[in-house]
Amino acid sequence: MPKAFTPKVVTANALLAGDVVYLTADDAWSADLRHAELLTDEAHAQVRLVEASARHAEVVGVYLADMMPGENGPEPTHFREEFRRTGPSNHHHGKQADL
Amino acid sequence: MYHYNDFDAAFVAERNRQFRAQVERRIDGSLTEDEFKPLRLMNGLYLQLHAYMLRVAIPYGTLNSAQMRQLAYLAEKWDKGYGHFTTRQNIQYNWPALRDIPDMLDALAEVQMHAIQTSGNTIRNVTADHFAGAAADEIADPRPVAELLRQWSTDHPEFQFLPRKFKIAVTGSPNDRAVTAAHDVAIRITERDGQIGYTVLVGGGLGRTPMIGKVINDFVPQEDLLPYVEAIVSVWNLLGRRDNKYKARIKITVLEHGIDEIRALVEKRFAETKDAFNGADLALFEEIKTHFRHPNFRNVTEEAYDAAYKADPVFRSWADTNLAQHRAPGYAIVQISLKKHGETPGDASAEQMRVMADLAYAYGHDELRISHEQNVILPHVHKSDLPAVHAKLKAHGLATANIDLVSDIIACPGMDYCALATARSIPIAQQIATRFDELKLEHEIGELKIKISGCINACGHHHVGHIGILGLDRAGVENYQITLGGDHRETMALGQRTGPGFSAEEIVPAIERIVEAYLENRKGREETFLQAFNRLGMAPFKTALYDQEARVAAE
Ligand code: HEM
Ligand code: SF4
Repeated sequence: MPKAFTPKVVTANALLAGDVVYLTADDAWSADLRHAELLTDEAHAQVRLVEASARHAEVVGVYLADMMPGENGPEPTHFREEFRRTGPSNHHHGKQADL
Repeated sequence: MYHYNDFDAAFVAERNRQFRAQVERRIDGSLTEDEFKPLRLMNGLYLQLHAYMLRVAIPYGTLNSAQMRQLAYLAEKWDKGYGHFTTRQNIQYNWPALRDIPDMLDALAEVQMHAIQTSGNTIRNVTADHFAGAAADEIADPRPVAELLRQWSTDHPEFQFLPRKFKIAVTGSPNDRAVTAAHDVAIRITERDGQIGYTVLVGGGLGRTPMIGKVINDFVPQEDLLPYVEAIVSVWNLLGRRDNKYKARIKITVLEHGIDEIRALVEKRFAETKDAFNGADLALFEEIKTHFRHPNFRNVTEEAYDAAYKADPVFRSWADTNLAQHRAPGYAIVQISLKKHGETPGDASAEQMRVMADLAYAYGHDELRISHEQNVILPHVHKSDLPAVHAKLKAHGLATANIDLVSDIIACPGMDYCALATARSIPIAQQIATRFDELKLEHEIGELKIKISGCINACGHHHVGHIGILGLDRAGVENYQITLGGDHRETMALGQRTGPGFSAEEIVPAIERIVEAYLENRKGREETFLQAFNRLGMAPFKTALYDQEARVAAE
């Protein structure tokens, strides 16, 4: 049986600053995961990935990251995405400082 | 210290100009990331988890105060006020913005520094003993050899697209402080019948398939060194497995073909290419050596040192732990710990960099070294100046007396920064250091090297740690595997796995149980952890780690 599709968001790093960004439903890049479009349909997710990957003058390293729906929007299911959402744990740097 | 000539300076300036244009084209959209990535990597620019990362080479770990100050300036102007020193004598900036990189590279060029070949499938920054030119046990200064190799390898047309990155380390002392046997090529200066020559090893490396280098030639005479190393790289360039990234390193080539076949091929290649060198390399080598003359050592009394040593227990503890024996009478090698308990191993703030630069300038013949253990060295300090040096270090959080002790941990950036990581390293190092500081056991335990990597690439040298910790991802949860008995010196050994790994919450108590088992079982203070492990084997440590009863008893 094919594996069931789990919800995802499109994520990347911003070209100029390198920050982690997420694709929103209205095609903007947001630094805040809560604003990301949660993709629950596999075909739609693939289309969004292709569209986002073409925007190479804005972002680098586009991919689909696993998420689950939360009260305030998508929530990471893996600790790697948790760190990408917040920033390093040795310094109060990155997104946790900026958001 | 080596000074760039006009050719070197023009070369770096041209390279920076080229890269500036490439960055502009990336930003205006005329280069895609696929086109740009190999170009940025050629200039030390990575993209990491949260930001870009710029890796700057510190050739053979040697710096002067102006260079250290410039590193501080970069940290402050274009980063978040600190830099991270690595095990391969580089400094990494974790937060630069893409458009600032060309300015950063130009600022580096002002002090004869660059990021060339700090990345990519080339011969990387050549590393050397961090006590070079100062150590009492040194046969000859390894830095002229390293500088010769640097000049030869930089943009060497044959070696820009090797099967994989290639790492060379040089030691001039029989006591290996440069982890040479874990490098693709190890060069060990040796003396035979009054002649200086080199024992050359190949095929060492850590990472996915850790291996200890094997001797390919136990005595290469001085005049043959460069052609001989070129023959090695050349043979591997042909044989190396380009079909599989993980099998591309020379350690696999040596494994697959056997050291004897490799030796024969290298000899053959050497015979073909030797004449092309024409002795030009030797003339250059003689010229380079003149840049590494010893400073004029002072001859003054050590009274100030003796007085402080008697009067101040904090100074005494620091002196006992952080100083190493210098070749010149009255002098000491000062090791500055970048491992203050609870801080990130290898990080230095811009202010701390300036303090170290000032000290090198005022008391250290203007020389600094970066150690592969992520610490900073003042190689030549007269003992009478040590109380002043210590006071200044102390005032800036740089006087932690823990060199070679349990909190002097090598830790790679791990998941906190690194895009390749499978778990974090830094917080584990911070917690271990803090815990043993609380227990006040550090000095009682004595020499004990803990090394941590956040994935199997082994940047943190965990395979050669007395206690090695490897962070893994077990079903979406951080898990830490322990190895014991690794040795990073000339007696290199790879650590053995203890058994199942530990969660992030369990790992610090697990390390504590290992250390307790050592304290209970050692013959006395003279028996180090590594010696005790080599005598006792794995059994008592395994019991301490996994036996439930032992666990309860220990709690
Ligand atoms: C965050 C940026 C870093 C990245 C992306 C990175 C990447 C890598 C990779 C891909 C390897 C595997 C090489 C192989 O296949 O043999 C490796 C190995 C290594 N790295 Fe790093 N690394 C980073 C930071 C560091 C730091 C901070 C250190 C020092 C603390 C370091 C020192 C080393 C060393 C010594 C090896 C040993 C493997 C060998 O034997 O060649 N790296 N690194
Ligand atoms: S060991 Fe892995 S996690 Fe650590 S720096 Fe190297 S590549 Fe990154």
